[in-house]
Amino acid sequence: MPEETERSSVTLAVNGQQHRLRLDNRTTLLDALREHLGLIGAKKGCDHGQCGSCTVLLDGRRVKSCLIFAVAASGSAVVSVEGLADGDDLQPLQQCFIDHDAFQCGYCTSGQLCSATGMLDEVRKGWPSVVTGDLAAGPVRLTEEEIRERMSGNLCRCAAYPQIVAAIRATATAEAVR
Amino acid sequence: MRTFRYHRATDPAEAVRMVAGESEAAYLGGGTNLVDLMKLSVQRPRLLVDVTRLPLGSVEPLSDGGLRIGATVRNSDLAAHPVVRRDFPVLTRALLAAASGQLRNMATVGGNLLQRTRCVYFQDVGKPCNKREPGTGCSALEGQNRDLAILGWSTSCVATHPSDMAVALAALDARVEVLEPDGAREIPLTEFHRLPGDRPDLETTMAPGGLITGVRIPALPYARHSTYRKARDRASFAFAAGSVAAVLDLDGGLVREVRIAYGAVAHRPWRARLAEEALRGQPATMENFGLAADEELAAARPLPNNGFKVSLIHNLTVRTLADLAEAATR
Repeated sequence: MPEETERSSVTLAVNGQQHRLRLDNRTTLLDALREHLGLIGAKKGCDHGQCGSCTVLLDGRRVKSCLIFAVAASGSAVVSVEGLADGDDLQPLQQCFIDHDAFQCGYCTSGQLCSATGMLDEVRKGWPSVVTGDLAAGPVRLTEEEIRERMSGNLCRCAAYPQIVAAIRATATAEAVR
Repeated sequence: MRTFRYHRATDPAEAVRMVAGESEAAYLGGGTNLVDLMKLSVQRPRLLVDVTRLPLGSVEPLSDGGLRIGATVRNSDLAAHPVVRRDFPVLTRALLAAASGQLRNMATVGGNLLQRTRCVYFQDVGKPCNKREPGTGCSALEGQNRDLAILGWSTSCVATHPSDMAVALAALDARVEVLEPDGAREIPLTEFHRLPGDRPDLETTMAPGGLITGVRIPALPYARHSTYRKARDRASFAFAAGSVAAVLDLDGGLVREVRIAYGAVAHRPWRARLAEEALRGQPATMENFGLAADEELAAARPLPNNGFKVSLIHNLTVRTLADLAEAATR
């Protein structure tokens, strides 16, 4: 059992709702969400930052919640997969995942959705990737190669990759058209 | 995982006092490596001093064309910075070749330099490892050493430094700004990481308790002609099997100046000064690029499973320099 000095008060704004917890410092952000707040959308896959199923948005950026201590995230805003939709109204990305059959067992899906949400935001900001030819160029052309590279931190053991890429591409295309 | 106390530092000097004053304390940056090693019981700190809120989070272009990078700048922000992309593309390319989008959003510049080897024996507390537990022996010497060193290793340790970013910084003559218990100083990046010798547990030349506060890249106008090439076992999200950072300045068809550094070949980013020397003033041809690589790799001592790295680094050197030479003539 941890000593009192090895526990901390942690404040997290999760999906717009403020929470105050008293946690063992060893608690990861992923475990805080799942075990203490009952938000089981973010999944524990490898628990070592490799599979991406725990991906959430921390202050708007995609991160792996299994490698962040909750205490270190205290004071931040978290969006998990539960916070993407507006009630029963799905985000366009979520609808595209359904339309393109972009999952099979679904275990990695919440991580894929949060990661793709963060990734599309990075693209809007014009961030290059390692497969971007010209670093100085303006808007990113979100080719299939770019999507695969940018989503390489999310594994899918059912290998729904072609459909995941198609769903993300459809989301980006629809956004560009709007 | 062992229990630990947590402190969020707001002042660098305070952070150094806390870590230097306790034998089992560690700095917490992005946590991408440290938290994992704590889960594996490879690192067991009693106190974590979180340095991510220190006022070290900016990238400042200097008036002379150089760049100062705060230690807590996240890897993704540094890679996307417009001045880095324009003036030091080798750094952006190296950062983007590393890890995944999520991890780059978390990882800090200081933490990237201090990440630990991915040698499988270092990460397995059930196996002897001189780096993790001095005096227990090196399991990799006669074990799985395909991913490990070909240069500068000792019989105590054949581990490699895993960073991509540090290889680019080595080629750019970057300097690491540190705050030690005795005060602040700068250490050239190429002297920041140690070769293993008989103390592989000592990885840097920074004093115990020292904190990286930033990295300074001196002005280097021709660094606009620079790039990073990484070979790995899969297309993305994998550590390097071998990598090359290169900066090339041509004068007509001759090499006026060149900087080359290798990754995944040694206990530290490997600055290829012999190759550079061999190329200065010479025609920028594929043949000369290959001869220069041979000059550097003459000292290579591959392990039983990684002989391929010698030809891999040779070929990466030729290809990378040839690409830069070709781009310069366009």
